[in-house]
Amino acid sequence: MRTRRPCPWGGLGLVIAGVLLGASIGCTQSAPPWSSTDIKGFMPDLAFTLTDGQGRALKAADFRGRTCLLYFGFTHCHGICPTTLRTLAAAVAELGPEADGVRVLFVSVDPQRDTPAVLARYEARFGPQVVGLTGAMPELKALARRYRVAFGYGAPDADGDYAVNHSNAIFAFDGSGRARLLMREESGVPALAADIRRLVAEEQD
Amino acid sequence: MDPTSALDFLTPYEPSPTVWAVCALALALFATGYWRLLHRGTPHRPLGALAFLLGLGLMYGALQTHYDYYAQHLFLLHRLQHLVLHHLAPFLIAWAAPQAVFAAAIPRGLLPQLPGRRALGRLYRGVQQPAIAGVLFVGLIWLWLSPGLHIYAMLSIPLYNAMNWGMALDGLLFWWMILNMGDPRSAPASHYGARLLVLALIMIPQSLIGSSIALSQQDLYDVYALCGRVLPVDAAVDQQIGGLLTWIPAAMMSVVGALILVRRWLRQPTGMAAGPVLDAQGARL
Repeated sequence: MRTRRPCPWGGLGLVIAGVLLGASIGCTQSAPPWSSTDIKGFMPDLAFTLTDGQGRALKAADFRGRTCLLYFGFTHCHGICPTTLRTLAAAVAELGPEADGVRVLFVSVDPQRDTPAVLARYEARFGPQVVGLTGAMPELKALARRYRVAFGYGAPDADGDYAVNHSNAIFAFDGSGRARLLMREESGVPALAADIRRLVAEEQD
Repeated sequence: MDPTSALDFLTPYEPSPTVWAVCALALALFATGYWRLLHRGTPHRPLGALAFLLGLGLMYGALQTHYDYYAQHLFLLHRLQHLVLHHLAPFLIAWAAPQAVFAAAIPRGLLPQLPGRRALGRLYRGVQQPAIAGVLFVGLIWLWLSPGLHIYAMLSIPLYNAMNWGMALDGLLFWWMILNMGDPRSAPASHYGARLLVLALIMIPQSLIGSSIALSQQDLYDVYALCGRVLPVDAAVDQQIGGLLTWIPAAMMSVVGALILVRRWLRQPTGMAAGPVLDAQGARL
C-alpha cells in the first residue's frame, strides 16, 4: 500500500531534477515500474568484509552472481527483524528453483551479543538463503555510513538486556553488486517476490 | 552510530576536504584583511567580525561535525540544518558586510585577471535581481522537499552534498542581495522597497511549504523510518516539527531582515532613493 504513493507536489520537482541532474528517476521512467524504489546509480556498490555464522571472513565479492538483499538488525529483536526476515524468506521461496540465485544478508549491528554461533542458530530459522553476518564496530560503522543508515543502543535494563535501534530498509543488489532497489517489508510477499524475480532474471539473460 | 564523546561529536561524520578548504580560505582571507584594516587605522566593526566568524562557524559545524549524522537521520534536525545553511549563517555573514575586509586581503589586480570573470559577473548580476533571487530562494526549498526527490537526496551522497552546497551558496547570494549596501557600481544595489517586497513575498510560499508538511496526514518522507531515526521521536511528530521549522523560523528571518532594512532606510539622508554609498567599512545597522 506504500509502494507507489503519488507525490503531492513532487511531480514537477522530479521533472526539474531530471533535467538538472540528467537522471531519470521515479515517475518519469519509461521501463515498467518496480514495486520498490529504484536506486540504480544513486547508491554505492555492495562492499564489505564481515564474519559469518561459521566464523569465516566473507567479502561482497563472495556473493557475485547472486542477487543480494542487505538488511541491518540484531537477533534479540522481537519485532521488525524476524518479521522482515520471514517476509523476505517467503518472497525468495516464491522463486522456486531460482531461489538459490538470491542471498539475504542479515547484518547484525549488535556484535556484542551476536557471536557467530548465535548468528548460525538464528539464520537457520529462516531458511537456506539467509546469511547472518556481523563484524567489529569500525566495519559495521563504515557499512552503515556507506548505506546511510543509523544504528544505536538503548540503556541496559536490570538483566543487562538492551534495545538496538536500527534501520528498516532492505537494499537489493544485482549479481554484479550494483545497488538496485530500496525495498520495504510492508510491500508484502507478492510485490517483493516480483521485484526479486526480475533482478534474478537479469542475471540469466 | 552515535558519537562516543564530545570530541568524537566534533569530528566530521563524512569528511569533506572541499568544505575544509573553503572554510579555511575564507577564515584566512578574513583574518588577513581584518589585521590590515586594523593597521591602516580603518578597523572593521568588531560586531561585524563576530557575526562573520559565527556564521562561518555555524556553516562548518552544520556540515562537518557529527551533527550531520543526526541531520541525516531525523527530519526535524535536517530542517534545522537547512535553517542554519540557508537562513541563519548566510544572514550573519551578509550582515557582517565583509567585502571591505576581503578587498583588503586580496592583492589588488588579482581579480581582473581571473578567467571567466565577465561571465561570472553577468551571472552574479542576474541572480542578484530581487525577483530572481527570491524565486531561487524558495524554489530550492520546494525542490529538495519534494518527496519524490527528497528520498534520493538522503540516499545518494553526491545529491546530498549538492543539496547542502546549493543551500549554503543560495543563502549567501540571497541575504547578500537583501543586506548588501556596497558600491552600486559593482553590485546592483536594489531599492529598499524591492528588497522589502521580496522579503514579504518569500514568506508566503515558505509558509505554504512548511504548513503543508506540518499538517499533512501522511508520512511524506519515509526515508527516515527506512534508514532509522536516531532519536526516539515518532514519525508524525518528526514531520510536524520539521514542517514548523520550515514555516515559522524561516518566515521570522524575513521579519528580522525587514526590520534591519527599514531602520537603515529611515536613517538614510533624504534624496537618496537608489541605495546609499557607504564608507569602506560597508553597511552599518
